[in-house]
Amino acid sequence: MHIPDGYLGPTTCGVFYALMLPVWAFASRIVKKTLNAKQVPLLAIGAAFSFVIMMFNVPIPGGTTGHAVGGVLVAVLLGPWAACIAITVALVVQALLFGDGGITAIGANCFNMAFTLPFAGFFIYKLISYNSPINSNRRVIAAGIAGYLALNLAGALTGFEFGIQPLLHKTASGQALYCPYGLKAALPAMIGEHLLIFGWVEALVTALAVKYLQKQSPELLREK
Amino acid sequence: MKITTKLWIGLVILIILSPLGLILPARFKAGSAWGEWGTEEMKSLVGYIPRGFEKLSKLWNAPLSDYAFKDSGARGLAHLSLAYIVSAVLGIAVVAAVMLLIGKVLSKKGD
Repeated sequence: MHIPDGYLGPTTCGVFYALMLPVWAFASRIVKKTLNAKQVPLLAIGAAFSFVIMMFNVPIPGGTTGHAVGGVLVAVLLGPWAACIAITVALVVQALLFGDGGITAIGANCFNMAFTLPFAGFFIYKLISYNSPINSNRRVIAAGIAGYLALNLAGALTGFEFGIQPLLHKTASGQALYCPYGLKAALPAMIGEHLLIFGWVEALVTALAVKYLQKQSPELLREK
Repeated sequence: MKITTKLWIGLVILIILSPLGLILPARFKAGSAWGEWGTEEMKSLVGYIPRGFEKLSKLWNAPLSDYAFKDSGARGLAHLSLAYIVSAVLGIAVVAAVMLLIGKVLSKKGD
């Protein structure tokens, strides 16, 4: 889901940087108001967790690979704004040090994985787990469903960003300048593989972690 | 044991297991992620290299591109796995350090 350099044209790259700048600024303000010094180590662990879980490429035999983001879990534990900052840090380090995701696409990749994903996941989790006891199974199920849906939403968005490129940028002879696949190819590819495989990985990771924390550290799951 | 200590141990386990993210795709003959093809792959897929793509894709030369050393590819899966673990350790160290720093600047002091 890490869009590399060269797949998105300058318009798309610019738009998503422009969208993310106020989000990052707002996230910093919210986190500044709400984050306790005690929560900082957990935030660092969350960012590190998201970084390393994205290294677990899951194969579709004979096809492509994909991975979980771990961002829904971070959002459940620390709220979506803190998760936004944590995942952004992970994505920027991945792009700069490891060439995973493009420099020009940091805005878009952060919009998909550091903004849409934790926010969608957080609200779906809240909706389903509403009023349930901290140690209830409903919370585990809510975490799983939130993980599944949020990763799928981020995947679909990525597909959309790929898919609009041929509409935006073409040479006179009709060759694509950036991503050569339109919406008809990109959307089903991205949505299909996430519905089929990768969404379940995020679901499993989120649900298992919530289950573990119910036993080990239920105070982390208290309402925020 | 404090929960943060337990979670750090969890991260160490994930680091050790991380080469699975390399070995499983190789074992099941899975290629690149959709939309993350290199120049050669792009050419074989669509028959040409989109011009803007060709220019932009060379924009940044990451020091540990693809979580590997420059010569890892030629030295087999075992060496790639080792490079993957080194990348995970380094990446986690940098991510956690940056996050601690940002957290320290942003968080309320005192409580």
